[in-house]
Amino acid sequence: MAPAIESNLKRALKSKKFVVTAECGPPKSADRKVIEEKARLFKDWVDAANVTDNQTAVTRMSSLAACGILVSLGLDPVFQLTCRDRNRIALQSDILGAYALGIRNVLCLTGDHQSFGNHPQAKGVFDLDSVHLIETVRQMRDQGRFLSGDELVGERPAMFIGAVENPFAPPYEFRALRLKKKVEAGAEFIQTQIVYNISRFQEFIARAGDLGLLERVYILAGVSPIKTPGAAKYMRDNVPGLDVPNAIVSRMEAAGKGIEDKKARAEAWRQEGIKICVELIQQLREIKGVAGVHIMAIEWEEAVPEIVQKAGLKIQ
Amino acid sequence: MIVADQKPIEEILQMVEPYRRVLFLGCQSCVAVCMAGGEKEVGLLAAAVRLARKQQGRPIEITEGAVKRQCDDEFNEPWRKTIEQQEAVLSLACGVGVNKLSERFDLPILPALNTKFFGEVERQGIWTEVCAGCGNCILHLTGGICPIARCAKNLLNGPCGGVRADGTCEVSQNGPHPCAWVMIYERLGRLNQRKNIENLFAAKDWSSGRHGGPRRRIREDMLLEG
Repeated sequence: MAPAIESNLKRALKSKKFVVTAECGPPKSADRKVIEEKARLFKDWVDAANVTDNQTAVTRMSSLAACGILVSLGLDPVFQLTCRDRNRIALQSDILGAYALGIRNVLCLTGDHQSFGNHPQAKGVFDLDSVHLIETVRQMRDQGRFLSGDELVGERPAMFIGAVENPFAPPYEFRALRLKKKVEAGAEFIQTQIVYNISRFQEFIARAGDLGLLERVYILAGVSPIKTPGAAKYMRDNVPGLDVPNAIVSRMEAAGKGIEDKKARAEAWRQEGIKICVELIQQLREIKGVAGVHIMAIEWEEAVPEIVQKAGLKIQ
Repeated sequence: MIVADQKPIEEILQMVEPYRRVLFLGCQSCVAVCMAGGEKEVGLLAAAVRLARKQQGRPIEITEGAVKRQCDDEFNEPWRKTIEQQEAVLSLACGVGVNKLSERFDLPILPALNTKFFGEVERQGIWTEVCAGCGNCILHLTGGICPIARCAKNLLNGPCGGVRADGTCEVSQNGPHPCAWVMIYERLGRLNQRKNIENLFAAKDWSSGRHGGPRRRIREDMLLEG
């Protein structure tokens, strides 16, 4: 029997280095070349790549299949698994299948509500919530039991279990406690919502420290480069659970001022967006208890190598 | 109460289109209280349908009525003779009433309402869903605020990351509403019961709800012989 593949993400986090993960969005088609191309782009720059699960409730290639492709290309995927589209039967089935495909990390999420996506008529499942899902994976792995209590006979899915938390949504003082619930359910690493407001994030980390969580879980701070001032404003004003300070919007606006040529202006914005992202990473790196960053360069994956390089991060 | 909405008049006209003699039968319980299918609504709807059919040159003979509770044979039975003389019945009760009449009478029973939810009167003219009838109540743990009915994702370990800065839910297809978990958090704070939600809520057994198949309640002591 071939030796079991280990989670590279877990290994990197254990080695105490500052870890980099990035988000890899699957295509809205059956084209595996899209995944292959993103894998090529990420390969030398990230410790693991998250594959989103029909993010914002828009139908895409399944995260399970795309993770399988990443494994075949030598990348360590983080399988994002939401409770929106699957009941407990399907969730556990996908965990087994994922492990058999060589997937070693799973990120347990509740999932964006179906009303935001391209099939708002869909019936949402939400049989379990993210905390239940974390607990279920741990139980399958550590106790060899399904949620029903039935014995899992044979190989257990030895997953490295991840979860998310959003420090930027009310009630702010409850967010670290909710993180604690996830850690107690079995989360070993956390990828946070995108951080633009460092001071609020620091409060969250401090509170997590008070609860003794920083020794129990690896926290990867979410970051995302902004492409245009319009995107910054949109995120500030229209995306619930995101906290974009005005200073960042102003910097993006200033970057393009006085540049007439459209192409040159767009490039100036992009450079500023990457610069802000790199600065945020450097600030996050200084916060004790932050084990790494998770880069979400949505539909802009080409920016990832540049960000990692400019932030002076290295993968192992 | 059960909250319902009257269907658009075009849809109702289409349903009664094949018929010339129809009973419009309301219900004097929940749907009368929520102003969708009581005696008054029967009168208004009948007048509108008569007028429309007259204009089409295809007059319709409508009998109007309302029963105390259409979900119970006892109250429908006095209407048997009238019902049997019709080509169809347009029921202004909730879906339960439509089913009940359909079990009892061999003619088409048409729904005039879209039955929506179990709701409270938020204020005059606004009804809000607050109970999902899941068959396994946990309200004593959540400060009397139901996360199954009032959270869009029926989370048991909320709130999710989709809470707006003002504490409302990002899902707002039916208008802005407060995040159920923010409400639970705040109320438990006032009751000094926050401990309730610091512990994990286990995965829910949905088999006591709709997912276990059609439900039935039996009280042996109330059954009559035969």
